[in-house]
Amino acid sequence: MRFTLHIWRQENAHAKGQFETYPIDNISPDCSFLEMLDILNESLINDRIAHPVCFDNDCREGICGMCGLYINGRPHGNDDGITTCQLHMRKFNDGDEIWIEPWRAKAFPVIRDLVVDRSALDKIIQAGGYINTTTGGVPDANAIPIPKHVADMAMDAAACIGCGACVAACKNASAMLFVGAKVSHLALLPQGEVEAMDRVRSMVEKMDELGFGNCTNTYACEAECPKLIKRQNISRLNRHWIGSLLGRDKK
Amino acid sequence: MKLDSKIPAGPLAEKWTNYKASQKLVNPANKRKLDIIVVGTGLAGASAAASLGALGFNVDIFCIQDSPRRAHSIAAQGGINAAKNYQNDGDSVERLFRDTIKGGDYRAREANVYRLAEVSNAIIDQCVAQGVPFARDYGGLLDNRSFGGAQVSRTFYAKGQTGQQLLLGAYGALSREINRGTVKLHTRCEMMDLVVVDGRARGIITRDLVTGQLQRYAAHAVVLATGGYGNIYYLSTNAMNSNGSAALVCHRKGAAFANPCYVQIHPTCIPVHGDYQSKLTLMSESLRNDGRIWVPKKKEDAEAIRAGKLKPTDITEEDRDYYLERRYPAFGNLVPRDVASRAAKERCDAGYGVGTGYAVYLDFADAIKRLGKDAVEQKYGNLFQMYQKITDENPYETPMMIYPAIHYTMGGLWVDYELQTTIPGLFAAGEANFSDHGANRLGASALMQGLADGYFVLPYTLQNYLADQINVGKISTETKEFEEAENNVKNRLERLMNNSKLQTANSKLKTVDYFHKHLGKIMWEYCGMARNTESLAKAKNLVSELENEFWKEVNIPGSQNEMNPELEKAYRLEDYFELAQLIIDDAMHREESCGGHFRTEHQTEDGETLRDDEKFMYVAAWDYQGHGKPETMEKEPLNYEYIQIAMRNYK
Repeated sequence: MRFTLHIWRQENAHAKGQFETYPIDNISPDCSFLEMLDILNESLINDRIAHPVCFDNDCREGICGMCGLYINGRPHGNDDGITTCQLHMRKFNDGDEIWIEPWRAKAFPVIRDLVVDRSALDKIIQAGGYINTTTGGVPDANAIPIPKHVADMAMDAAACIGCGACVAACKNASAMLFVGAKVSHLALLPQGEVEAMDRVRSMVEKMDELGFGNCTNTYACEAECPKLIKRQNISRLNRHWIGSLLGRDKK
Repeated sequence: MKLDSKIPAGPLAEKWTNYKASQKLVNPANKRKLDIIVVGTGLAGASAAASLGALGFNVDIFCIQDSPRRAHSIAAQGGINAAKNYQNDGDSVERLFRDTIKGGDYRAREANVYRLAEVSNAIIDQCVAQGVPFARDYGGLLDNRSFGGAQVSRTFYAKGQTGQQLLLGAYGALSREINRGTVKLHTRCEMMDLVVVDGRARGIITRDLVTGQLQRYAAHAVVLATGGYGNIYYLSTNAMNSNGSAALVCHRKGAAFANPCYVQIHPTCIPVHGDYQSKLTLMSESLRNDGRIWVPKKKEDAEAIRAGKLKPTDITEEDRDYYLERRYPAFGNLVPRDVASRAAKERCDAGYGVGTGYAVYLDFADAIKRLGKDAVEQKYGNLFQMYQKITDENPYETPMMIYPAIHYTMGGLWVDYELQTTIPGLFAAGEANFSDHGANRLGASALMQGLADGYFVLPYTLQNYLADQINVGKISTETKEFEEAENNVKNRLERLMNNSKLQTANSKLKTVDYFHKHLGKIMWEYCGMARNTESLAKAKNLVSELENEFWKEVNIPGSQNEMNPELEKAYRLEDYFELAQLIIDDAMHREESCGGHFRTEHQTEDGETLRDDEKFMYVAAWDYQGHGKPETMEKEPLNYEYIQIAMRNYK
């Protein structure tokens, strides 16, 4: 297959970036999108045309959350429930023009080319996205039975891979789906319920502080989430947050 | 080099208890004065840093990715073993211990494996307390599934994403400590060298992967949790950035490397389909619970399938060869990984392979008939979806195609019972060490070992080491040892970059990946699933030739003072050339077959591994002698006091 690639190039965080165009040919339809970029880089290096394109990637099986490209206006490209590394060239037509951009969000500054800094997501988790427990001194794993449907709901929320597609998809660059998923995962479980109110407050405060926008209910995040995290997690986040303002957890 | 495994005295079941009762401790006020470096944020690294931080030590943790949650533990699918015996099916610590020793083909250290089995239950308790959403049954209690090499159901799981959920649990605990200020996180930061002062590990040199800047970090002890070296084969189930360099730089500084030739080849991966391919994707071993593996019984059927004239569903039941069930009736599709991998290779080499000829079927038709499509989807849905995205085939309708691929390395830095390497103050945990899996790791045991090391072993054994360090004071980075180490790294990077600049007139220049792919092919072909004297000698020459070619023709663009993934790949590959020679030497010297190490000269009449316990019941620990020089080897004899040594039999 043959494509014309328009790729965002930017030397570092302070440089001005622009699109560069690269034609590419002889691509197998079974090739993954990132393997196609590998082939492009190989030719850029061999023919000394330009510095190879920098893009984050690691596991290449859709679970590490490292890769993330804006492809023809969609985070992770034109398929549902996948990460960029799971996108295959058979999803494109021969001769297509493909526009490739980094995640765009105030909280995710560009580092180089298609690589952005997503450490803001780690900082939100550090603000309280966990259960306060230290190693050892915990009860037997079967001491607290958890209804299967509750455990399953918690698992579905916990499937988030922290890739940032929800933020990139949102016109407000909101991280509400990401935060909602973690708040839900932990609040649904009896182990995490104890600190649920404190947790939601500190995570939301941190989220606002880091420059993420608010949710205006367009749900682009849900549509683009590679792990199909549901928008109900945002509703739960809102409920818990309002509850926390009313101070239900403080006697 | 002197190997002292420091196994505590006493009966096997009391060794760890005795150790803990008599080890030295550090009081809370002194803990604050002690610095620890942890390299790697996977299960072992994150759990160690979180536990040590919670105890009150000052921890610095490093990872090469943009976030600690990206470490490759995240990709483990199937599950984690523990001896809970929740199923009342006859499991116990003793049974898990014996299964693990047997699975490792009697090449692991008894005391370590027993401890692993002993702490396994606490891991599950810990993870549940952290909110890991393990699968549950309708009564609300934890569910289990079976894995290879065991006749009990002891594997806990979270859909097909167990590694992810366990890592996120450890990442949560780590994040808590970062928030409390006991752990400092350094992302996009790669360990380039180990600093040894007066014979003790005292720090590391790192490279900032965004700016290229070299930095010095000092500590009273260093924990290496940087995973395995499976990527040396290029095509593997490892992540693209997984690498063996941190372990190798420690090896160059004097840490012995044990059993490098023990690599695990996982039987159920999506087969290779093209030259441009960058990695192989694993299909969880848990699929072998319900999937049945087969190839056509008749060669002409296999040929017709390869030519596209027949579909797998056209082959009748009588014409299918369920070769694992045929050869191993007792364990069937659930034989250990090395056995299943070799059996697939045997069928394909004999001409019965499907797809490109290097693939076999993993069929769910029976399971769908028995349990219904919904139940199968509930159990394996995300794996089926992953398969379909990659291959464009629907596994609910046509059997999956699978083939073995490099997955895990049992070999690694030699450690004693305390997980300390031969360099005092340098500890190795998780896949980076060699200790618990012998010559073959059982499924769902890597997660168990990583977390055992981090949560329940290192917090004890590190204290025992650090108790002597309370009066040492802050370690300075302004010493000649740090300067020397930093200069070595600088020279190394300059050599690579300058070499590349000198070559600009050369028209035959090639990328780093070109060389890595070739190295991978050599290793897979001649030092992979089957090895012999001839193939290994050939591999040795080919690797040397390739290394020479690398220095003549590699092209690394850009500079070292910027984000430069090509340079990162280049220095990791440079290390792999050295490691490849070591793997080959180790494979050559071990004139027996055991676990993942299969020497074609040493097999039984029906093609099973043939051990030589008289000559090779030891750990081979290699000592670095300088680049290009053969390494010397020390033996740590394996004394089995409690296990009855037997021929491994899964029939």
